[in-house]
Amino acid sequence: MATTDEIRADLADIVNEVAGIPADDVQMDKSFTDDLDVDSLSMVEVVVAAEEKFDVKIPDDEVKNLKTVGDAVAYIERAQNG
Amino acid sequence: MTRVFVTGLGATSPVGGDASSTWDALLEGRSGVRSIEQEWAQQLGTTIAAEVAVDPSEVLDRVKARRLDRSAQLALVAALEAWADSGLAGDDTEKPGVESERLGVAMASGIGGVQTLLTNYDNLNLKGPRRVSPLAIPMLMPNSPAANIGLAIRAQAGVHTPVSACASGNEAIALGIDMIRLGRADVVVVGGTEAAVHPLPMAAFGQMMALSKRNDDPEAASRPWDKGRDGFVLGEGAAALVLESEEHARARGAKVYAEAAGAGITADSHDIAQPDPVGRGATRAMQMALREAHMSADELVHINAHATSTPQGDLAEATAIKNALGDAAGGVVLTSTKSMTGHLLGAAGALESLATVLALHHRIVPPTINLEDPEDTGLDIATEPRKLGDGPLAALNNSFGFGGHNVAIAFRSV
Repeated sequence: MATTDEIRADLADIVNEVAGIPADDVQMDKSFTDDLDVDSLSMVEVVVAAEEKFDVKIPDDEVKNLKTVGDAVAYIERAQNG
Repeated sequence: MTRVFVTGLGATSPVGGDASSTWDALLEGRSGVRSIEQEWAQQLGTTIAAEVAVDPSEVLDRVKARRLDRSAQLALVAALEAWADSGLAGDDTEKPGVESERLGVAMASGIGGVQTLLTNYDNLNLKGPRRVSPLAIPMLMPNSPAANIGLAIRAQAGVHTPVSACASGNEAIALGIDMIRLGRADVVVVGGTEAAVHPLPMAAFGQMMALSKRNDDPEAASRPWDKGRDGFVLGEGAAALVLESEEHARARGAKVYAEAAGAGITADSHDIAQPDPVGRGATRAMQMALREAHMSADELVHINAHATSTPQGDLAEATAIKNALGDAAGGVVLTSTKSMTGHLLGAAGALESLATVLALHHRIVPPTINLEDPEDTGLDIATEPRKLGDGPLAALNNSFGFGGHNVAIAFRSV
């Protein structure tokens, strides 16, 4: 099973690919919209890419709760373990 | 009436990555037609096309590019070059040279974001709805190139996308002229873009028997008015012109390439795909453009023809030119730059208007290549670069489209 930091690093690569944010900036306390400038359409792209990468489902209703990178990493960890 | 000047030019075409390299290639008679390297082409009857000389991925930021259909990428490259060339862009320390609310865009496309549409349809069928991009709609909508240019240069007067197949680019120029003359804008960035080198449009044009099948000799395939012509070569690319009111241009001491003096727009109401064999609508479009420009046929020295290298179209246009100009037709130097660029569909009028403007500006007409066994049109077609004389010069650019659309633009030296 991937460690928390491995999940964060893979998610950072996705955010870099979709939105051009340097992967090193994608840290647990960062807000997708306020800190990383990921707009709502790019967030959908990030979510779909993350579903594929981590083999999890992230329902649309859940996306609004994923405000920070840490929120997303925690959700992915829970979904993988569930 | 308000005079409209051309004060900026930009292009990304099959023969060059910007306006000046495109112009140099046209004067040198260099073809941009090549074999298509991608595997999908091998199943088609036509395996050649005129793809852009410089891929937009080499020019645009990666993240910006992945949010744009290829047609919008090409349009943005051309428009930003024209915008910078006009001197209106300003830099970090100075304000742009035109108020946003007086700045418009008219960027045409014949087909729109067809590559985005088809790629997402493939994803839908192969992987399901979750794999359709959330950016698909803003990428594939035909107004996307115009809207993205508007965002980039902060244009807040009208932002428009005329659609009239292969006349679209010229229709955008006509609309830009109107916007300035009606007082709706001081500056309008106009042009056309197309990126349809993809198996579906290629197969569809092939089924219409519209495309050349001279696959073994790509550079010789686009041969307007030559008896051996067998259809057009699909091209891709974009071109943009900055149109500006005379008053605005003079007040800032702008560099002026030419005057966009008038436009003529007509419809054939003859057939959805075939040209009127004697080009009545085309004749009226040319006459209307001359009338609007207060230009007599005798003043004309040059026409950049639509001439796509199809058996019917080239002859119908030749007839229309003779009918429109009468005896003056013999004094006009004709060329078809499509012999080198292929047919850029919705971008054709824009790229060829750019060539017409530069022909007046540099006083030389680019050649029509591959014209080895010409039809007996009775017209003077340049097969080598042809110098134009001293004094005031006037020219037309013709574009016609499926649907029976005819748009002629009249330009005058300044």
